[in-house]
Amino acid sequence: MGDGFEAKVSTVGEDVLVSMTGTVNRLAKEGLDAAYEEASSQPGRVLLDFGAVDYINSTGIAVIVGVLARARAEEREVVAFGLTDHYREVFQITRLADFMTIYDDQNAAVAAG
Amino acid sequence: MTQSVRSRRNRKAKVETGNGPESQPNTRLIEAVTIPVGDALETLLLSHGSPVEVSGLELESAALEEIRAAGVDLIVPLIGQGELLGALYLGPRLSDQPYSTDDRSLLGGLASQVAPAMKVAQLVREQQAEAKERERIQQEMQVAALIQQTLLPKELPSIPGWHVDAFYRPARAVGGDFYDFIPLADDRLGVVIGDVTDKGVPAALVMATCRAMLRAAAQRHAEPSMVLADVNELLVPEIPPAMFVTCLYAVINTEAGEVVFANAGHNLPYVRTGDGVVELRATGMPLGLMPDMTYDERTYSMGRGDVMVLTSDGITEAHNAEGEMYGFPRLMGRVAVKPSDDDMVAALVGDLEGFTGADAEQEDDITLVVVRRTASAKQAAAAFEEEFDSQEVLTRFSVPSEEGNERIAISKVAEAVSGLGLDEARLERLKTAVGETVMNAIEHGNENRVEIPVEVEVAVSLAAVSVRVSDQGGEKPIPDAELPDLEAKLAGEQTPRGWGLFLIGQMVDEVRTDNHDGTHSVELVMNREGVS
Repeated sequence: MGDGFEAKVSTVGEDVLVSMTGTVNRLAKEGLDAAYEEASSQPGRVLLDFGAVDYINSTGIAVIVGVLARARAEEREVVAFGLTDHYREVFQITRLADFMTIYDDQNAAVAAG
Repeated sequence: MTQSVRSRRNRKAKVETGNGPESQPNTRLIEAVTIPVGDALETLLLSHGSPVEVSGLELESAALEEIRAAGVDLIVPLIGQGELLGALYLGPRLSDQPYSTDDRSLLGGLASQVAPAMKVAQLVREQQAEAKERERIQQEMQVAALIQQTLLPKELPSIPGWHVDAFYRPARAVGGDFYDFIPLADDRLGVVIGDVTDKGVPAALVMATCRAMLRAAAQRHAEPSMVLADVNELLVPEIPPAMFVTCLYAVINTEAGEVVFANAGHNLPYVRTGDGVVELRATGMPLGLMPDMTYDERTYSMGRGDVMVLTSDGITEAHNAEGEMYGFPRLMGRVAVKPSDDDMVAALVGDLEGFTGADAEQEDDITLVVVRRTASAKQAAAAFEEEFDSQEVLTRFSVPSEEGNERIAISKVAEAVSGLGLDEARLERLKTAVGETVMNAIEHGNENRVEIPVEVEVAVSLAAVSVRVSDQGGEKPIPDAELPDLEAKLAGEQTPRGWGLFLIGQMVDEVRTDNHDGTHSVELVMNREGVS
């Protein structure tokens, strides 16, 4: 249970992968925004990897909404994978899943591109 | 027991007719003559023990006369273990000479060889017959037991405010005991206990018939006396001769505690009250004996804590090793004693076994029905609800109002509720709701003032887990949780924040809020598995 957040950007095929680690809350805003900034400098979809995220709270959801708002403005597709069943449910309840397709894992996310 | 043996000899001159396919032309068969037990000839043959000349006998014996008439000269008794098993009858010798000493000694020796073999054969035959009979009885008992087990109630009635218990243990030769519970309209329960005279399949079939008649009559008549009279009329023409059924039928109003009962010659029920034991007396003839019977009907009002005990005579007529009967006085005495665990069935069965000896073979079926009134149905329902909702506090703790401390609260709550059987998904939702609520308390209620703690209390009832989160937010109004407008947020028209209250409402089954003396509390209620 770490309070830190880290996001690394890499390229996977034609997509850009944002690998997140730690806690997605208000404090993750800076790191996630920067990662998105970097990712959006490259073409392709943005794949958000939640596989190493252990906690997401409502302020973290706000951070993700912020990223989705930017992506929407730029008409860039954002997808997600690696969510636990619980956070998948949270993304459905909050309707984030309506604007960000959720896959089970990276292979599924890449294959859908 | 005597047995005659056919004797054969060569005697051409006296052959008059052929006597069956085994007859030789020069032989004839002497018809078997039975020597009755106690006949003087039997006594003589037993005492003599060796071949006896008929001509020399002077006895008053019908058998001897018959033997003489059949042309027997010599009787060779077959004796085994002091018992006359049979005899060889020999006619005159072909030479018309008397039997010589050698002849007699030869025949005597032969008889002594034959007798033990005959005894063995006789025993084998008897044992085979006994085994066959035992098998037949066993099969019959299995059928009887099957009928009985099929028809006895599979489960006990569950009625708020009442505790019903029953015990049935068949004797080896299954008797005709039965009991039944008949659900009736208007908060009433029919209780039957009965005993068919006789045992085995006939008794089991009468029991099955009687049970069906009682069930049907109980729906036709509200009055137990009418039910028994009705069943009696139906049973009289159907029941085999010399069989009858004793039966007690009681109708309990489970709300009022009133018991209306009628008795067709069965053991009287006892009721243990706060003031001692009461016998519920009502007279009536057993069912199936005579037509046109009427039955007494009585009413007894059971108070809270009263226990009614219905028994079969397998209990009261059980004997101990000294041949003493268990009897009604002893039963009444035991009913008067309140068992420490309120398990009257176990107490009575235990006492009976103590009386007869636990290893003693049970003489008759043992049947017990115990009905205890614990409360009125409404009181019981209210008590249940109270118990259902009464809470046990699992833990209380506080966290300083500092961002991120909601995660301490989450892990403490998760630890407190582990083992309560919340499934993974519900546990995760509760954790998220707790996190969001504590965050709100830290940020909005206590305004991030570290010195003001957020108090958390975790409690559990049979119905639900509840987590109460309190801050010093005072009288601040709590906004309603509305579905955030995601489109507006994505379009940048609204702040991306504002998910907390919505999430809390979605994650748990109920959210209760309370403002009291400057303390603002949010109670998160998560119903336990299987409870809606």
